[in-house]
Amino acid sequence: MAALRTRLESLNACTLSLAPRQARDASVFPSCWARGTVHDLYAETPADAVAINAFGLGAALQAADGRAIVWGLHDMVGLEAGRPHGPGLHEMGLAPSDMLLVRAPDIQTLLIIGEEALRTPAVGAVLLSAWGEARALSLTASRRLALAAGGGHGTLFLARAGAVPAPSAAESRWSVRAVASAPLEGGAPGRPSFSATLLRRRGGGEPRTWIMEWDRDTRSFREPAPLSGAVVPLAAQRPAEASRPFRRRVA
Amino acid sequence: MVLVEKIGGALRLAAVDPAAAGTGLVPGLTLADARARTPALRTIVHRPDMDAALLLQVMEDFGRFTPMIAEDSPHGLMLDVTGCAHLFGDETGLVRAAHERAGRIGLGIRSALASTPQAARALARFGPGGRFEAGQDRQEVRRLPVAALELSQRETQALQRAGLKRIADLDDRPRAPLAARFGADFSARLARILGDEDMRITPYRPPPPITVDRIFFEPIVDDADVERVLSDLLIETADRLDQASQGGRAFEAGFYRVDGEVRRIVVRTGRATRDRIAVLRLFRERLAALANPLDPGFGFDQIRLSVLETQTLKPDQPSLDGDRPDGEDFSRLIDRLTARLGPEAVLRFEPLGSHMPERAARMVPATMKVGRAAQDWPDLTPDDPPLRPLQMFDPPQPVETLAEVPDGSPLRFRWRRVLHEVACAEGPERIGGEWWRAPDQKTRDYYRVEDREGRRFWLFRQGLYGETDEPRWFVHGLFA
Repeated sequence: MAALRTRLESLNACTLSLAPRQARDASVFPSCWARGTVHDLYAETPADAVAINAFGLGAALQAADGRAIVWGLHDMVGLEAGRPHGPGLHEMGLAPSDMLLVRAPDIQTLLIIGEEALRTPAVGAVLLSAWGEARALSLTASRRLALAAGGGHGTLFLARAGAVPAPSAAESRWSVRAVASAPLEGGAPGRPSFSATLLRRRGGGEPRTWIMEWDRDTRSFREPAPLSGAVVPLAAQRPAEASRPFRRRVA
Repeated sequence: MVLVEKIGGALRLAAVDPAAAGTGLVPGLTLADARARTPALRTIVHRPDMDAALLLQVMEDFGRFTPMIAEDSPHGLMLDVTGCAHLFGDETGLVRAAHERAGRIGLGIRSALASTPQAARALARFGPGGRFEAGQDRQEVRRLPVAALELSQRETQALQRAGLKRIADLDDRPRAPLAARFGADFSARLARILGDEDMRITPYRPPPPITVDRIFFEPIVDDADVERVLSDLLIETADRLDQASQGGRAFEAGFYRVDGEVRRIVVRTGRATRDRIAVLRLFRERLAALANPLDPGFGFDQIRLSVLETQTLKPDQPSLDGDRPDGEDFSRLIDRLTARLGPEAVLRFEPLGSHMPERAARMVPATMKVGRAAQDWPDLTPDDPPLRPLQMFDPPQPVETLAEVPDGSPLRFRWRRVLHEVACAEGPERIGGEWWRAPDQKTRDYYRVEDREGRRFWLFRQGLYGETDEPRWFVHGLFA
């Protein structure tokens, strides 16, 4: 653990500017979403599209630091993984009322949305969710986004599902998938949990993986509760258990 | 040539052209009689709907003369040109321009310009037409036959039998006995036609608070010219808004084409503004994003900029370092995106008071006013995981369940041809249908389910065991 900490501190040292929250997060996860940077997030499999959107929104919330978030949504994502659901955002602590959702029929429009939003000082973070391989998401497009972000207003996250990681002008590149959550009492599914692998980062560093869950109360990623693990409780498999009526959890 | 329509089982003439009228044909005659008189008769089926469409198009086009324009049925238009004549030199110039315009699209028109709408109508339809100064029109109206009052057939006949042939005969008589005989409506008509009472017209389009026009001697075709004109008009508009301490919420540019087509482009802003550069930018984006681009044809000969909606906006004073408040540039971003992508693409989440998951929230265009605020979202219990999915399918997608247990979540299910093994589940959360909206909605039992890969689903079973023969399962959403 101590070794991990020193390693994380060295990672953090390389970031340009740190959001105030970072001190707390640093023990688990290097959320060095400096202003004016672009980050590529890739879903490991197309089925992780929702996980990657949630991860991107969480990261955007941290990066926005109280300012507005713009979520550019490729229409294909809506068809494949469902439309964003306001109460679901609210339940993740994402303040849906402060969020602007912009639907884009194609990738080209999505990029325009990203650039427009990055040029607006009031926008703290932008999440662009794109589906599939697209020629429009070229190295040039990525450079344009990086340039627009370079204005220093907001941070851009480009979440791509159904695409393989490709070179880009992004600050960091991540591969994200959903992992089994730490089950709650009674074997109920727990909080949103992710496995995020840092594939590449500007300035060097080896790929590494973090397993973490989203804590909506502190609005941050954290290590899963100590007793967790990928162990699936057998109880849930039993018909008797599964057929129990809706039970209350003890806080 | 005649137009025919079917009335009561017989084909009758609806309208006749001058040549046909010369041979003694009149509207209302049966086609058989007409044929007997004039064997070489060309007939066309009468289409009142096409007439109405043409009249509407002409009305749109004649909007160039004045924003106050209304239909004056049958087959007429009423233009309130108060304060508009100077744009065409004088009133004579305006009348001439209107005739030229109608002639160019092949219409023969009769017109009259008088001080009240009813007088103008009577003079155009029953009199000589033309332009009449105030006072002169009264003399002219007095000479018209009583038919110009457009009373019912019986009343007109009654007047004529009484020896009252002209309006003057009525005007010279005391009104009270006439009103007693023909009703209050009669005296109102008489007063209006003589200009004693002035009733303004109800325009087809409510006139916008601010309208600025530019008329060109040479039609313009080039996009750059159009933009330059818009920019000029916006300067003028911004000045007028500034003087009135108003800001515009909706701006409309009307492009009047030489051939009578009118195209209107509207841009809306999230908050009142008189920033001409921002509005021009919205117009530019809107024009660039039009599915059906602006076609100048042989050119536009008039461009009108109107402010459709205004709101009080205090004069602003930019701070010394040139910064603007955050809220302002955010709403500008919304305006720009809305202008480019349309209001249905730029959305805000809004909670709704419903327990049905698909109706618990909606997405509203971000330019709309905020209906419900952030505090209307339901309270959350600390330490709970999210109980509603981040993304939801509309409509829910059917899944095939395997190894089901009664009143419990399935142990395995197949969705999009992939088999998911359920690792843990929570439920049911029973949600009844909204019976007050539609009867016979089945109760749903919702389960939060996690599969062995670590993906979380929101499944539901429609209908209870016993209530339906074979309950069906759906996936309604995906958790992060």
